[in-house]
Amino acid sequence: MSGIVMPRPDDEVLARRGEIVAALKRLVPGEGVIDAAVEMRAYESDALTAYRQLPLVVVLPETVEQVSAVLRYCHENNVKVVPRGAGTSLSGGALPVGDGVLLSMMKFNQVLDIDPANRAAVVQPGVTNLGITRAVEHLGFYYAPDPSSQIACSIGGNIAENSGGVHCLKYGLTTNNVLGLEMVLVTGEVIRLGGKHLDAEGYDILALMTGSEGLLGVVTEVTVRILQKPETARAALIGFPTSEDGGQCVADIIGAGIIPGGMEMMDELAINAAEDFVNAGYPRDAGALLIVELDGPEAEVDYLLGEIETIALRNKASSLRVSTSEEERNTFWAGRKAAFPAVGRISPDYLCMDGTIPRKALPEVLTRMRALGETHGLRCANVFHAGDGNLHPLILYDANQPGQLEAAEAFGADILKLCVEFDGVLTGEHGVGIEKRDLMPEMFTEDDLKQQQRVKCAFDPKQLLNPGKVFPVLHRCAELGRMHVHKGQLPFPDIPRF
Amino acid sequence: MSDTLSPRSADEVREAVQWAAAEEQPLEVLGTGSKRALGRPVQAAHALDLSALSGIMLYEPAELVISALAGTPLAEIEAALDAHSQELAFDPIDYGALLGQAPGAGTVGGMIGANLAGSKRLKFGAARDHILGMEAVSGRGEIFKSGGRVVKNVTGYDLPRTLTGSWGTLAVATRITLKVQPRAETEATFVISGLNAREATQAMTAAMGSSAEVSAAAHLPPEIAAVLSAHGHALSGAATLLRLEGFASSVDYRFAALKALLQGGGTVSRLEAEASRALWRDVRDCRAFAGTDELVWRISVAPTAGADFIARVQAAFACRAYCDWSGGLVWLAVSGPDPQADAVRAAVAGVGGGHAMLVRAPAPLRTAVAVFQPQPEALAALSARIKAQFDPHGVLNPGRMGS
Repeated sequence: MSGIVMPRPDDEVLARRGEIVAALKRLVPGEGVIDAAVEMRAYESDALTAYRQLPLVVVLPETVEQVSAVLRYCHENNVKVVPRGAGTSLSGGALPVGDGVLLSMMKFNQVLDIDPANRAAVVQPGVTNLGITRAVEHLGFYYAPDPSSQIACSIGGNIAENSGGVHCLKYGLTTNNVLGLEMVLVTGEVIRLGGKHLDAEGYDILALMTGSEGLLGVVTEVTVRILQKPETARAALIGFPTSEDGGQCVADIIGAGIIPGGMEMMDELAINAAEDFVNAGYPRDAGALLIVELDGPEAEVDYLLGEIETIALRNKASSLRVSTSEEERNTFWAGRKAAFPAVGRISPDYLCMDGTIPRKALPEVLTRMRALGETHGLRCANVFHAGDGNLHPLILYDANQPGQLEAAEAFGADILKLCVEFDGVLTGEHGVGIEKRDLMPEMFTEDDLKQQQRVKCAFDPKQLLNPGKVFPVLHRCAELGRMHVHKGQLPFPDIPRF
Repeated sequence: MSDTLSPRSADEVREAVQWAAAEEQPLEVLGTGSKRALGRPVQAAHALDLSALSGIMLYEPAELVISALAGTPLAEIEAALDAHSQELAFDPIDYGALLGQAPGAGTVGGMIGANLAGSKRLKFGAARDHILGMEAVSGRGEIFKSGGRVVKNVTGYDLPRTLTGSWGTLAVATRITLKVQPRAETEATFVISGLNAREATQAMTAAMGSSAEVSAAAHLPPEIAAVLSAHGHALSGAATLLRLEGFASSVDYRFAALKALLQGGGTVSRLEAEASRALWRDVRDCRAFAGTDELVWRISVAPTAGADFIARVQAAFACRAYCDWSGGLVWLAVSGPDPQADAVRAAVAGVGGGHAMLVRAPAPLRTAVAVFQPQPEALAALSARIKAQFDPHGVLNPGRMGS
């Protein structure tokens, strides 16, 4: 990653900085424009902290009209714009560019409408993920997707990354839980998509926006689906001698027609790091640990826990505990939720990866990953969303040892290539951003990537929004639009035609 | 319609589209043609028939994933899933009965092109919520893929979901990968008889807002219930239906919970698994309007607005209607020849907005009237730019979604 090159700042734009700042101050009066370097420091990176860059200027609009005016100005004056929510991206999605505006949406922090009868809430994009649940829980509702950064991350950022969480096998990703958006195009035009109704009236631009990493537009309002809280939730903590046994147990649970609310796996290194940190009562001698959470009506949860116990024992479970209280359930989760900081305690630094693989490939991928670790001379702890195949290898390294950061980054790239080799993908929920940008050709052909970039051209032909992210090679829209046609005969004349 | 091209591989689809783009010859993209009576008719001298591009390429029940070529009959996919006690959770509607055709005729490509869903959309979403990956040929004649075979994936724009519901106007899908789900062990329907539209909305809203995990909720006024009753369903008078699926003990438990929650209004009865499944199939497929010459609309509004919408249109003109999706989906049958498009769309706007699609009407009417909900100018312009990026010569299904 340290080798990632961002587009060269445009000297012509840098020379106009004073004029641009003055114009933006007219559009967003008061405290809404930050141009002093010391104050812009807070915005120089997101949660991928290895990369830092001061923006040209930071703008914090408060109204849709201001967002529209800022974007229109930037579009007319060829100034780049990087949208930002809470700045918790792990892939550098909100990394500023030196010749562009950093557009923070965090003043859009209001819950606008709670509509339990239609099971919907309308919020501004700067409301945190957990803030939505906090706003509706007094009515017995919650917002289902729960990325582990949910206390800090914004719903606008969740849309940019199509965030998941531990419950998405049963309850879906952000894209399955968003009903409508208001957004501003780079031209300043405001459009509304969807609403409290379900059918889209044309192309599903809502789906396109979700996971588009801030490259297509700026979201100014979000309508989400809210769900009634399950009547009860209980968790089982199951130890296995090997990850093969644990993986087979996961397959058998799903094969029995059971879709748990959450299903997480940890390997030996992660188990012991977590146990050292929070004393959750994890079995230290297990080769793999599975946490299975069932939620729903009590009668169903009790019945399914019995089924899961049978399946686990058939798969050589070495230990099995079922939570008997809410406190115990939270303790089971405490170790998993603290896995990243726990690993942080046993290693000076770590890199968090985010590939997805078909579940069945887990044992083989883990074996190959261990071999890669030996090649690179580094250890790796694994936490795994076993229900959906999303793998978070944590590569342990010491940045103070010369060459270790580079080795860790090379190891990480090899892991993601391994995921693709097993029919998986480069990123499950952290986004491509800058981190995985240059690995995109591992998964996609040039034609695949060109068609993606053409979609960008429909929204942002000057490519001013969040430049340098997601796509390894920038093509100009005019070049992408060119078509080489060869006139000729009707194709495959040998085929019968009717 | 004169000439039909029947490619046998993705490469042959590419050749066909390259030819069409070079010659600027529009293509009508077809599977079995079961949805030709839906949407705006296409005027094209050539058809691209994908029915030879057929077959399940991958099905791994334990991984909850299936992948098939676009021309694969949906019935083949459903049979394969059924053999492993799995299903497509979004419960795709079968338009056969409503359109006066044989049931079970569509392909997986058509299902994705039309973004099909059924009564269970309320809980499980539509086809767009279950597509994982797609291989396709753009209107430029280039093969591309997007997505994959895993649920969690944010590697590039989500083109499979975006292309779902695009009616073949952006690209020709050649292979589709879908998430599947275990079929419920059993089911039952909680039937409340005798509620009026307002009471039914209250009952459905209360049920959906409870933790009873209702997977479908519909209200049939007396005249609609009578039609379904004539088809053999045990209904008498207005029927409010709440579907419960899952393990037997869970279904019984939730049935009791609903009974406690909704006591006092109407008479409660229970339909067991087989009767429940059969009734929901007919509710989903709009069986009540099959075999008539009425014009049929499908209207999507906020769930609590459904009853108000029906009241408004029934005050304006004679029609039959019922709602699914807890009020969020209204099926509306209008005696022709005037489809009452302006009144329908005014009523949609009047209850807070949504989407009205003219589903069943003779082809000339589907050419003259906007079949899909007209879009505001900026959104329509953006959609046109997206179309131009996929299909610059406009050769794929021209006019299918609008003039």
